[in-house]
Formats: sequence, C-alpha cells, structure tokens
Amino acid sequence: METFYQFFNTNLILIYLLIFTIILGFEVISKVPTILHTPLMSGANAVSGVVIVGAILLVRESAPDDYFSLILGFLGVVLGMVNAAGGFVVTDRMLEMFKKKKK
Amino acid sequence: MAYNFYVNLAYLLGAVGFVWGLRLLSSPDSARRGNFIAGLGMGLSIIAALFAPMEGAANNYGWIVGAMAVGAIVGYLAAKKVKMTAMPQMVSIFNGLGGACAVVLAGVELYLFYHGKRMLDTGGLVIILLTLLIGAVAFTGSMLAYAKLEGLVDDRKVTFRGHNIVNNLMLLVTVGLGVWLCVEGKESGTTLPIVVGILALIYGFSFVAPIGGADMPVVISLLNSFSGLSAAAAGLIYGNNLMLVGGILVGASGTILTVLMCNAMNRSLLNVLIGGFGTSGTSAAKATGDQVVKEVTMNDAAIQLYYSQSAMIVPGYGLAVAQAQKVCKEIDDLLEANGVDVKYAIHPVAGRMPGHMNVLLAEADVPYPKLLDLEDANSALPNTDIVVIVGANDVVNPAAEDDPGSPIYGMPVLKVWEAKNVIVLKRSMRSGYAGIENPLFFHDRTRMLFGDAKDTLTKLVAEIKTL
Repeated sequence: METFYQFFNTNLILIYLLIFTIILGFEVISKVPTILHTPLMSGANAVSGVVIVGAILLVRESAPDDYFSLILGFLGVVLGMVNAAGGFVVTDRMLEMFKKKKK
Repeated sequence: MAYNFYVNLAYLLGAVGFVWGLRLLSSPDSARRGNFIAGLGMGLSIIAALFAPMEGAANNYGWIVGAMAVGAIVGYLAAKKVKMTAMPQMVSIFNGLGGACAVVLAGVELYLFYHGKRMLDTGGLVIILLTLLIGAVAFTGSMLAYAKLEGLVDDRKVTFRGHNIVNNLMLLVTVGLGVWLCVEGKESGTTLPIVVGILALIYGFSFVAPIGGADMPVVISLLNSFSGLSAAAAGLIYGNNLMLVGGILVGASGTILTVLMCNAMNRSLLNVLIGGFGTSGTSAAKATGDQVVKEVTMNDAAIQLYYSQSAMIVPGYGLAVAQAQKVCKEIDDLLEANGVDVKYAIHPVAGRMPGHMNVLLAEADVPYPKLLDLEDANSALPNTDIVVIVGANDVVNPAAEDDPGSPIYGMPVLKVWEAKNVIVLKRSMRSGYAGIENPLFFHDRTRMLFGDAKDTLTKLVAEIKTL
C-alpha cells in the first residue's frame, strides 16, 4: 500500500491530466450525429497515430550501431506514419463528399 | 531555455489541435476543418518530437526521415486509392498499424531492459506490458476485422465450441504471466516476455473471432478505442503528455461510439463480445412452414414506386456488398422527377461500421437531409406509401418488437410494416446475420423481389423509364 501512496503522491499532476482528459474526451465527442460516426471514428483513428512520437523518440535515442532498435524503430515510425497520414487523408476524402452535397 | 520552450509549446499546441479538431469533427459544417486542425496538431507534434532536446542522443535523423517518407507515401496512396465501399476495411488496417507501432515500441523497450540498456522499476514494466497487451489486441484484432470485412474469412469458421471460455482463459494466462514478469523483472529470462507478446497477439485474433456481421460496427469502434489506449500507454513509457492526451481522447471517442452502437441494438457490450447473436433465445419462433412469401413482378414494383406519394429506401449491408448506392440514387432521381417524396431510413447499426450507410449514400450524391435516423424514420413510416428494403434484414425485423423469445427482442428497429406497402430486395430467403427468421417477409403488406440488389435496382430503373 505504501508504494501506491507514494506513486499517487509523486504522479499527482499526471493523474489530474489523465482524469481531465478522459472527461474532456467524453464531453467533446458525445452527441455526434449519425452522419459523422464514420468520419469521427476515422479521424480519431488518425489521431491515435500519435504513437509515432514515441517511435521517433526511440530512434533518436538509439545508439547508431544498435541495429535491433534502429530497424524496429524504423518500422514503428513507418507504421505510425501510415496510420496518421492515411487516416487524415481518408477522413478528408469522406468529408469532402459530405461537403459537396450541401450546395 | 528558449529552445525547450518552443518544443514544449509545439507539443501543447499539438494537444490543443487534437482536442479542438475532434470537437469540430462532431458537427457537419465544421468537420472538414476539424480534421485539418487535428492533422496540423499531428504535424506540430512530430516536429516537436524531432527537435525535442535529448542529451547525448545520436538522433539518427536519416532513419527517421526515411521511415516518415515511406509511411507518408504508403498512407497517402492507400487513402487516395481506396474505393468508398472498402472504407471499413481501410480504417481497420490503419487502426491495426497504430496498434502494431505500439507493440514494436514495447518490444524494443523490453529488449533494452533485458540487455541492461534500460533501467526500469516495476511501474515501468507494468506500463510497457500494458502497451504491449493493448497494442497487440488492437493490431491482430483489426487485422482479423479487416479480413472479415473483406470477406476473406467466414465468420462461422473461425469459432469453435467453448470459444469464449478459451478466450477468457487465454486472457487470464496472458495477464497472469505479465504480472509474474513484472514481479520477477529481469530474473524471469527473455523467454517470458516473448511468450506474453505472442499470447497477446493470438488473443487479439481470438477475441475478434466470434464477433461478426452486424456486430462489426461495435468491434471496430472498440478496436479504435484500444489503439488509442495503447498510444496513451506508450506515452507513459516516454513520459510524453501529448501522446497521453491524444491516446486518451481516441480511447474516449472510441468508447462513446461503442456504447452508442450497443445502445442502438439494445444489447450490452459483454453480450456483443461473446457473440450473443444467434446463440441465445433458442425459443425464437420458427417459420411454421405454411407461411408463403409473395413475390412482385418488376413491372408492378416500378408502377407502385412511380405513382406513389412518398417512398422510403431502407439500405443495409447488402447495399454495400452489391455496391448499389449509385443505382439507388438513380431510382431516387427518377421518382423525384415524378413528384415522389423519397427519403432514406438509416438504422444506426446498418452496415459494418458506425455510419457506414451515410458514407455510401454521400458517395452517390444523396443529399444528407434526405437521410432520416431511426426516430424520424419511424414517425414518418405510417404515412409512407412504399418502403424499399435494399439488403437490410435484422434492422427491420418485427420480432424485435413482438416476439419475446427472439434473440433480437428489444432491439429498436425500423417499423417498416407500418408503411402501406413494403418491397424487399433480397438475394434469397436466407436469414440475416442473426440467423433468425424475419416475419416481415411473410407480412400481408410485403412483396419480395429476389435477386442481386444492384441487378434488381438496375432492372427497376429500366422498368421505371418505360412508364
């Protein structure tokens, strides 16, 4: 239990951030009209590509001769980038179709 | 100092971009701008990650820029080339790749830890294992979802008796081994983390295996939420608040969509996850055999449609399979030209992803005020002359209203039988995904028009033109 108390006390700001982001997430996205379910899902999916930031940091701190980390880090950056770039482009394509109809 | 400030500012603005972008994405008029702003946030975040001060880091920019170029080109081309009807598959793949990225990160961190290049306490190990587990489920789960949507895998062939028990056992073992690993730390040897990783990947497959057909929208939004959570967990590994915020936002949005989809079917998430459709409610009324369906000729159908006051089209997954959305719009135009008021009734879980029908019909240039949601459609149906059902089944099943023994009893459905006439376009008398009879087909007001949806609609267009 002592470890838990200590964890809580030292990571308080992080815990605030976590809880407020969850609340914010629910608030921001609730009451989405059906028509936007797919674009919202696809846009959110693109945002989850933010994991690329971790991959970039990993490659940057790898030793230049640590090929295991470098190759897997490379793969991580590729995967994250496909997720992010592809996600935003595909969402834009969908939304473009919705737009056209308004005129 | 100033350098540090700018990097942190870029991260902060990136996070604001995500929140603001998603906010704008939830309203039709601002959605496109929202997507752009979220994309901008991503760009800023990547720049910040590239230039964040790191003491003694080798940077290896060549590797990073190369990887980013490859990823950006592949992602861009895939997103531009994909057909609108294949959208659910594409979203699944992208989602899976995000999960795979988290798995790779966790794998490398574990490798560094076991080779003494990274010091980790128990908390650090827990976070890495969480990233590995959630990321792995998001990865292999999405890949199986893709295969199912693409029709590469038959829903019923990847499950077996007692599948759910095996699934739960596997999850238990995986988590148990993970806990053991966290407690033992380096003492456990390098085999253990590999076993945990492989088990997690298998679990992802196995977890999605029993879920299929009409439950696809639920599982896709759930997997979406998982990939967000894996990104958030990875953010904890690197102590990166931006990843945490972005990941949690996606986790929350995915969860909301999942809950919305479940509510639309009036089922609990648990019920969906164990693949409850078709396995419960064995007392469901079977067709008594003396019931006969009444067919309608192409000509009659055309006349009925053309000379009605109001028509409503109810699209389902069959529309997507047959890629009949454009022909649908053609009929719509022909009828509108004759003064018929044409509307579309969209059930929240029609299709294979949330809002699937909306995207398809938008592709065919159907203006979105013509799309009615469940409530509006149900209040308009009693005053509708004719309903055309294109490839929908379970979402128009009256058993959900009046047969307590039916597995879908209590699920809100489109009450098409309240309209004056119903024409059902159907390939055969096979039951829908739920594997249950649909009494609608035997209803007095229902007429059947057998054949492939696109074929039938094309013939119908030709028929209407002769009138």
